[in-house]
Amino acid sequence: MANQQTIYKKSMTGQKAGAGFFKKLGKNYRKHKALYWITIPILVYYIVFKYLPMFGVVIAFQNYRPGKGFFKSDFVGLKNFVDFLTNANASRTIQNTLRLNILSLLFGFPAPIILALLLNEVRAAPFKKAVQTFSYMPHFISLVVMCGMLKDFSASTGIFNDLASRLGFERQSMLGNVNLYLPIYIGSSIWQGIGWGSILYLATLSGVDPNLYEASVIDGAGRWKQMIHITIPAIMPIMVLQLIMKIGSLMSTGAEKTILLYSPLVYGKADIISSFVYRRGLQEMNFSFGSAVGLFNSVINLILLTSANWMSRHMVGESMW
Amino acid sequence: MVEKNAVGNRIFSIFLYLFLSILAFVCLYPMLHVLFGSFSDPRLLTKHTGLLFHPLGRTLEGYRIVFHNPNIWTGYGNTLFYVIAGTITRTLMTMLGGYVLMQKDFMPRRFLMIFFVFTMYFGGGLIPDYLLITRLHLLNTRWAIIIPSLIGTWNMIILRTAFAQVPPSLEESARLDGAGDVTILFRIVLPAAKASVAVIVMYYAVGEWNSWFAAAIYLPAKRNLYPLQLFLREILITYSRGGNETGIVNTGADADAIRALIEDVVRYCTICVATIPILCIYPFAQRYFVKGVMMGSIKE
Repeated sequence: MANQQTIYKKSMTGQKAGAGFFKKLGKNYRKHKALYWITIPILVYYIVFKYLPMFGVVIAFQNYRPGKGFFKSDFVGLKNFVDFLTNANASRTIQNTLRLNILSLLFGFPAPIILALLLNEVRAAPFKKAVQTFSYMPHFISLVVMCGMLKDFSASTGIFNDLASRLGFERQSMLGNVNLYLPIYIGSSIWQGIGWGSILYLATLSGVDPNLYEASVIDGAGRWKQMIHITIPAIMPIMVLQLIMKIGSLMSTGAEKTILLYSPLVYGKADIISSFVYRRGLQEMNFSFGSAVGLFNSVINLILLTSANWMSRHMVGESMW
Repeated sequence: MVEKNAVGNRIFSIFLYLFLSILAFVCLYPMLHVLFGSFSDPRLLTKHTGLLFHPLGRTLEGYRIVFHNPNIWTGYGNTLFYVIAGTITRTLMTMLGGYVLMQKDFMPRRFLMIFFVFTMYFGGGLIPDYLLITRLHLLNTRWAIIIPSLIGTWNMIILRTAFAQVPPSLEESARLDGAGDVTILFRIVLPAAKASVAVIVMYYAVGEWNSWFAAAIYLPAKRNLYPLQLFLREILITYSRGGNETGIVNTGADADAIRALIEDVVRYCTICVATIPILCIYPFAQRYFVKGVMMGSIKE
């Protein structure tokens, strides 16, 4: 009986599963014509401007000459990658990128969280609002303007040096000092991002049930215990997600700011992979070489992101996918 | 015991308010320094060391020079064009994308999501992007600024989530009345999700106002197409001693010495002129941006 029914159904809807799919598609199209037509330009945009460049990385394996194009340039295999890794100036960018981003993460990641935790303890609403408003402002200043200010403040006649000389140090152009460059870079990043970054955490904290706090007071918990047992667990999921995202972009952040802030004096520590690609790949028109380095960068990024996500899922239970 | 807690709390409160006040001051001060400096007499400024709490002497000389600099006007005009044209096109495309992704009855939806989201984690890189723009003959044209970043995938997802939160009953009753997909988008979903779209508009607008890198790469030969930020970069960062990026025009025996003297003030004025518009919008836009941060973090 069942067999006869299934055979009957199969012959009615088409022999292969594929035929059923296309019928469904056709029906969906007739029902939602507009959606399909709207999708076309969006799809075209993504294909042309996002996916086509991905195939363009093939020039990383070639000795690309603009005159010859993709299909006629010589294939050189991994030569560009080897050149990158064996050149001292080139491979130090890996070290610099890691150093810059790990330090930025180390100091810059906790800062907004701490600010949020502190602001959460403030009872006076007007004061809290005022601090928030002022702390968001740096975020809206353009990178060019901020780097311009940094250049002015850290010049030998600038206010950073004014302070340093009062403390007994010699005046110097701080951005040209390879040992001061990183603190200035990271410090200003924190300055620009601490207020903005705290929004997410504050909003999460404002959603915590006040009854939890009241119950904990009855149990005898002071501020500190409350923080450990209520506040921090409440923002843990968001914290982990944010951390994963930041680790995932570890190798590619900092291009614009570095280009604005660095100079040949500080290439030793300041030149990162992205700025290297910009200078040697684009400005000096070594297209193949630049693509190879860029590809190297993207792949490492992807690996870091996947690892961070995997680790987090297995250790803490939170992940992006 | 209770007293100990009370004293402990007091001390904590004092430190808390003190620390936060210092933080707020540190966030604010650099911009005040630039503001006060821009109205200051250059001679007094060079002699002064330390923080500024008010302008030193009152002068509008710096601003006069800035407004006479043709680059500033060119840059402003271009930036306004890029911001307005860019924001309108980007918001439109992002909206359409968010709507399409939100429709549960749209078969390609799952595939499209993966197709789009993948681009957030992997890309061609700087060089392939540049070569593409060159081959499309977009190099050194206005469109190189607007088209390559037409849709921000992250923003599209935000809009998708926002659209999905519109009560389905509204859409259902509209369909019963015979409304098509497009009508529903513009008559029902959009008005309901107005606030979220406003956030995205703000994101794109401020983002475009502050951007400089795309122009640096794609407009190498056309100075008359430079946005304001690119001229700012010349004036504030890549200037050379004796150059006239700041727009100071003077002749005479002491030209160089005078220029060196005024340059700092003129730079402060330039910063103010470029940033005041954003800071003016800031109080009104603040709540939109804050909301945007929240929307971005909500997963379906």
